[in-house]
Amino acid sequence: MNRIVNHPILEEGKQGKEVQIFVDDKPITAMEGEMIAAALIANGIHINRYTAHEHKPRGIYCAIGRCTDCIMTVNDVPNIRTCVTKVEEGMRITTQKGMGVWSEEER
Amino acid sequence: MYETELAIVGAGPAGLSAAIEARKAGVEVLLIDENSRPGGQLFKQIHKFFGSRDHKAGIRGMNIASTLLEESEELGIETWLKGEVCGIEEGRNLWVVRDRKCSELVKAKKIILATGATENAVAFKGWELPGVMGAGAAQTMINVNRVLPGKKVVMLGSGNVGVIVAYQLLQAGAEVVAILEAAPKLGGYGVHTAKVARAGVPLYVSHTIKTAFGKDHVEAVEIVELDSSFKQIPGTERILEVDTVCLATGLTPLTELAWLAGCKFNYVHALGGHLPIHDDKMRSTQPDIFLAGDISGIEEASTAMEEGRLAGINVATELGYISEEEARARSNEIWDSLNSLRSGYFGERRRTSKDSMLQKGKEVIKWNH
Amino acid sequence: MESLKTTGAPSLKELHNSPGFPTEEDIHKGPIAIIECIEEIPCNPCEASCPQGAIKIGKQITNLPKMDFEKCIACGMCIAACPGLAIYIKDYNYSENMVLLSFPYEYYPLPEVGTRVEAVTRHGKYVCEAKVIRVRNPKSNDRTAIITIEYPKEYFEEVVNIKRITVS
Repeated sequence: MNRIVNHPILEEGKQGKEVQIFVDDKPITAMEGEMIAAALIANGIHINRYTAHEHKPRGIYCAIGRCTDCIMTVNDVPNIRTCVTKVEEGMRITTQKGMGVWSEEER
Repeated sequence: MYETELAIVGAGPAGLSAAIEARKAGVEVLLIDENSRPGGQLFKQIHKFFGSRDHKAGIRGMNIASTLLEESEELGIETWLKGEVCGIEEGRNLWVVRDRKCSELVKAKKIILATGATENAVAFKGWELPGVMGAGAAQTMINVNRVLPGKKVVMLGSGNVGVIVAYQLLQAGAEVVAILEAAPKLGGYGVHTAKVARAGVPLYVSHTIKTAFGKDHVEAVEIVELDSSFKQIPGTERILEVDTVCLATGLTPLTELAWLAGCKFNYVHALGGHLPIHDDKMRSTQPDIFLAGDISGIEEASTAMEEGRLAGINVATELGYISEEEARARSNEIWDSLNSLRSGYFGERRRTSKDSMLQKGKEVIKWNH
Repeated sequence: MESLKTTGAPSLKELHNSPGFPTEEDIHKGPIAIIECIEEIPCNPCEASCPQGAIKIGKQITNLPKMDFEKCIACGMCIAACPGLAIYIKDYNYSENMVLLSFPYEYYPLPEVGTRVEAVTRHGKYVCEAKVIRVRNPKSNDRTAIITIEYPKEYFEEVVNIKRITVS
């Protein structure tokens, strides 16, 4: 786990409520209220998507919702900026390929 | 539709300070921020701030943020979080997308743009690999999200952001393999570089990254020495094993809304690039639009807060809540503080650049005189 | 070649030219606070933190802090007040063979009293072993702990800190 629990300056890591989310159908544990990108890093996942033409991997880059490098498909909606979107219990997250695919329902 | 006297875009140090001053004077304020929490980038500044002890020096940035938030809550400032301002019409109407769901039109008499800045990129081979990120991104991850994006980091850029984030990566438990600076001299405050130096972090001047290697993620970088004209010196390449590359190569003001609003711009290299022209009241070339913080020139949170106060006071004056005389006296005080923050070895260039911007503002913004 | 702007840490020569650094005479008088702040940055909390009025900056907050070593009583109030973590206390006369150093420390975990730690230079290079004498982290310091170590007198000038303790 890549969580920072003990820190000289910040308060002790809060033992918040855990939630379960699914990344490419695999369940992982996230902390309630944290950003998706943070939950992924905590679980050692550093690739959020692959580019459309050259299929190159991309990870977090700006972490404040500006660059869109960390976009993923969340609950069938593509192009969600995971660094500024909070996790929710049962969320289904998919490593996005290219522009992503919209589900019939969301189209 | 929502009507208000003053709409402020951005609830970072500048926007919050502006909101507090204006609200205190009696102005009806709407503060809008795209994030789910106000405070801007202050919450990730976990170090003690410099500046004058009269202006929050010695207090950690995150605690300054808490104080500003408490103050704004006490004053009952209307705050829209997750509010993305997507447009400006007729110089004073804002189109806001709320909660990523619905549109709302905000009609304001005055607007303060305090939108902040974004990190600059630098392109070397492999820079798009996962593991290469802004220094501020790493800082957000470690100090706000409490996760470690990497264990062995190389920092590119030795300005204050670079050395402060390097120090905070050490505090978070990472190893900082090196700090690289393309210029022949380190950029940040000596007290910051000394902190990481005595922690054993090597700082290399006249160095940059040539290539980042890795299949799906950074595994190493090749660094290279630069000559006095910033050209790579062949044969000086070295490999550093790292899993993370942080880029601390400056910031660019987020000026989109000012462009949309038709503000006139001026290019000021020392303050981060194209900036909306403004005067000493922080007014842009659009009569109802004021500016504060990094959008008016890249500086520090301490100056952003002072500029925010200045904009807030001047808006309140125009709306008739503060007398001209009082406004002048309080503005002078803030200008004294700003001038002292912009003095010395590090501040002088910013001060002269700001002065030329204000001169430009004086020439262009005629209705002010 | 300047050391501070090329290596990140000041050289003794640069420090000796600054108004916060003691002369040999000052050092022999007893425990004193030493300020390694040699650039004009806008900052002045150290001045107000000193109950003796020994540190002077003045109205222009970019002035370098000037230390009056006659007035300094080594109370240590300035250590955690300095946002740059650039002030520490040294006592040359601590014992016959040993000197004392109290410095700011913001890493986790804190060293434990009585343990042996590695004393380092301004560039983080190992110098010698040191013993932790005191660890203070009062609320008023806002999480800047102050660590006191003792180490051999011969290394008086070069030691300024300890190697970070890593969690295994």
